[in-house]
Amino acid sequence: MVKILAFITLFTSYLIYSGFVYSIGTESTIIPNKEEQLTVTKGKALYEKYNCVSCHQLYGLGGYLGPELTTAYSDPQRGELFMKALLQAGGRRMPNFHFNENEISAIITYLKYVDATAVSYKKK
Amino acid sequence: MLMQQQSVIKKNKMTTDLTKKQIYASDKIARSFLILAMSYLLFGLLLGVIGGFQYILPSFLKNKLSFQQTRPLHVYLVITWIFTGAQAGLYYYLPRICQRKLYWEQGAKIHLLIQILVSVFIVYSFFMGQFGGREYLEFPPWLGAFMLLSWFPFVINFFFTLKPNYKNAPVYVWSWSTGILFFFITLCESYLWLIDYFHSNIIRDVTVQWKALGSMVGSWNMLVYGTGMYIMEKMSGDTKACRSPLAFFFYFLGLTNLMFNWGHHTYIVPAAPWVKTVAYIISMTELLILGYIIMQWRKTMSQAQKNYHIIPYRLLSFADGWILLNLILAIIISVPAWNNYTHGTHITVAHAMGATIGINTMLLFASVYYIIQQEGQTFFEKKRKITGTGVFITNFALLLFWIAMLGTGLLKISSKLNNEAFYTLMQKSQPWFKFFTYSGIVVFAGLFILVVTAISLIRESSAVRTLTSE
Repeated sequence: MVKILAFITLFTSYLIYSGFVYSIGTESTIIPNKEEQLTVTKGKALYEKYNCVSCHQLYGLGGYLGPELTTAYSDPQRGELFMKALLQAGGRRMPNFHFNENEISAIITYLKYVDATAVSYKKK
Repeated sequence: MLMQQQSVIKKNKMTTDLTKKQIYASDKIARSFLILAMSYLLFGLLLGVIGGFQYILPSFLKNKLSFQQTRPLHVYLVITWIFTGAQAGLYYYLPRICQRKLYWEQGAKIHLLIQILVSVFIVYSFFMGQFGGREYLEFPPWLGAFMLLSWFPFVINFFFTLKPNYKNAPVYVWSWSTGILFFFITLCESYLWLIDYFHSNIIRDVTVQWKALGSMVGSWNMLVYGTGMYIMEKMSGDTKACRSPLAFFFYFLGLTNLMFNWGHHTYIVPAAPWVKTVAYIISMTELLILGYIIMQWRKTMSQAQKNYHIIPYRLLSFADGWILLNLILAIIISVPAWNNYTHGTHITVAHAMGATIGINTMLLFASVYYIIQQEGQTFFEKKRKITGTGVFITNFALLLFWIAMLGTGLLKISSKLNNEAFYTLMQKSQPWFKFFTYSGIVVFAGLFILVVTAISLIRESSAVRTLTSE
């Protein structure tokens, strides 16, 4: 009986904790305006469609063949133009995905948004 | 009088044999699941080796089968090996634990069929360049629904065959039940991103993704550890260990880790600080306890039992060694100040490989070879030497592979501290990339021996069974 009670207690705590994580634990202060949000969503959808996660990381999620992208936008060694060039033609390891200008712009807007949220990351 | 007694004994034996035959009728499906599970492992490893070559030869298959495809294929196949291997064991063990036949034998066949179909679709979608774009579950989301569906017959068979009484059930029954429950919860949770509330907020999306996937790893660990504990009990004959307060203490600690320790992946995500604090407090005590239990179990086995079960015993002992190595690494990478440097490097991969190959795969192979031994000791004896060689090669090469991953990670940390460009880092890392790719090939060779030997033994024993029943 003790075991069953211990399980129920832990499971209930897990459900409550999940609720907190889904809400106040993950609130973001960076909220793009409506127009920007549409482009960010489009950029994110492209990031997922082309499975960029297999080579690149955002907040530690993803593969290591390509560079980490969380703060790529504000990185003085990389930045918008550098990313644009890679998205246009691919790289030594990165295939050329033949993105059009709108798609490139959407992906960069998405990475700009991620960069803006990366407060704790930039403290490293 | 003596003649009469002999005839009764003979009749009873025949009845027992017949009953056993009826109870164990589902063994054929268990064997099919074992072969399927090991096929996942073999193809998954092959794709891992190809992926390794893409590190040292940047143009290798870049346009035909890029890393964007090899990685998800590798990840999907090796993950599927882990839970299918555990399911295969359960299909074999369930009728033996409760001495009744599988509740829904047809359901197990349906499970096998759906699982194969889902796998074919997933592999096809990766080859066609159709992705969902998430970590681990990189296939289109609709396939996740079918993956969930394929588990239903398994769940029905598990609960209705076992009819577990949790008041008196041994710890492995708790462990298996928890693994199943949390696989369902976490698989559903991993698709919350389909709802805009989660998808439109990057902090929430990343945190929930780490939460779901971190706990999902815990769910299949529960399935595998349950299997490990079950065969330990059967091999040693000690039925008290899996009912002891210590075993349950370990189980509840493991459960707490499954539920809350995923947060150590999110130290760098700007979520609320308490998410990190909870994760850090709970962090990684589970492996220590499992190590302790295995050490205790080794003490309870006599030399004769060790010799009789030599291959499963060796595999479990290697798993024990990997637990200790991984524990040290887990503690290091759970310290927030160090996690800042190690996160996002191959040190995390070393931890993942130590856990999936070193611990889970060794435990699952212990289960596979335990089953083979139950099927017939004579078959097993013929391949004992080659199997032992496979076990040794795998573990030795895995140790080199693990060291190579750590080296690559340390180099990345030093490169970050020196503010070097990614290109410079990749150039400097070439010797380490070669080291992990070549040692990865030897890991593949070692596991290839184990898989091929196991499949040939399973086929041989099932052919003899068919002949005997005819």
